Amino acid sequence: MANIKVLVAKPGLDGHDRGAKVVARALRDAGFEVIYTGIRLTPEQIAEAALQDDVQVVALSLLSGAHNTLFPKVVELLKEKGLNDVLVIGGGVIPDADIPGLKAAGIAEVFTPGTPTSKIVECINANVK
Amino acid sequence: MEIVDKLLNHSRLALSKAITAVENEYDDAVKIMTEIYPHTGNAYVIGITGPPGAGKSTLTDKLAKEYRKRGKTVGIVAIDPTSPYSGGAILGDRIRMMDLMADEGIFVRSMATRGSLGGLSQKAGDAVKLMDAYGMDVIIIETVGVGQSEVDIVKTADTTMVVVIPGMGDDIQAIKAGILEIGDLFTINKADREGTDKLNIEIEMMLELNPEHVGWRPPINRTIASKGEGIEAVVDSIEAHKAYLIDSGKLNDIRKKRIKNEVEAMLNDRVNRYIDKEVIQTQEFDDLVVKMQSREIEPYSVVDDIVGKVLK
Repeated sequence: MANIKVLVAKPGLDGHDRGAKVVARALRDAGFEVIYTGIRLTPEQIAEAALQDDVQVVALSLLSGAHNTLFPKVVELLKEKGLNDVLVIGGGVIPDADIPGLKAAGIAEVFTPGTPTSKIVECINANVK
Repeated sequence: MEIVDKLLNHSRLALSKAITAVENEYDDAVKIMTEIYPHTGNAYVIGITGPPGAGKSTLTDKLAKEYRKRGKTVGIVAIDPTSPYSGGAILGDRIRMMDLMADEGIFVRSMATRGSLGGLSQKAGDAVKLMDAYGMDVIIIETVGVGQSEVDIVKTADTTMVVVIPGMGDDIQAIKAGILEIGDLFTINKADREGTDKLNIEIEMMLELNPEHVGWRPPINRTIASKGEGIEAVVDSIEAHKAYLIDSGKLNDIRKKRIKNEVEAMLNDRVNRYIDKEVIQTQEFDDLVVKMQSREIEPYSVVDDIVGKVLK
């Protein structure tokens, strides 16, 4: 009985967690085990929590504009810790122009405002065995 | 096994992967546990339970920090319920523990109940053993005190702490909840709230009525976990209980009983799975059900027949 585990986290100095909570709830309702870790986290805290809970997915939410720095940092730290197969996805108010750069840095998918939560579920189901 | 060697050499990744193997019942789980077993039995296990919202996670976070101050390493198994509707879960205990993430001497694992019948306590127990083998001095299991399986988990601890808060109803609520009986110590959290004195008296009175507390009277501590108040006293009480268990020889008895319970649960589990596979999920059994429904045969002799075959 292997359930998909998803860590939902908000890196950086951003307290707007409504979106992250909506996503957490939607993922739970899709049958995933969601580890909700809250706001104002460092990439190090997020990567370490991902390691300890051995999650398959890290879902990052950020609305402060620091995504180009913090999202890739999380990916880098996960790799450093030996977590090479973790799917990292991101969401928030992220300009279209930044998305190719984030994808190149290892963020598998970026979800911007207006995305139905079912899209996120589909993305996880398609990418996690 | 490589993963076991790595775990014993303090690889956090190996510890995490080993817990996953146990949790998901991967093929190598039994082999991991077999190899790990000789390295277990050294950690002191603390169970923390109480109603939702009592502050168990916050208290666990603060207790972990206090134990770190006292030079101990700490493993935490935090259990949250799985939704019976979707099979999903929101594991939110870790949110109170995020600043423990920077400390190499702490390892936190979230577990969902996954609705498994009794299987949860075995899996949580295995997670404790893995943390024990990794070298954690103190292991805290934290879970909501509702439901038999959750209570079973904390009952396996060396010291069980029940967390309560004022304003949850009258003393009858406390009695019927059934979790107060299992406390070796009590913590009234959010003790700056109205009703703390009254709750304290109610617990005292309940303890008066319980004849089992010979030699050890469960202390009642007051905390405001969010502000870190009263935490040292709680750890002192846990340590006092530990000293009592060691001096009285009861720690030995508790641990013997734990092994007995564990093996019993493993046997039951194995037998249940066997019956499910070899009896329940067969065409023969479906045919019997049809015959019972039409009253051609009755279930009592069916059970006798099956048990006779299974336990031949």
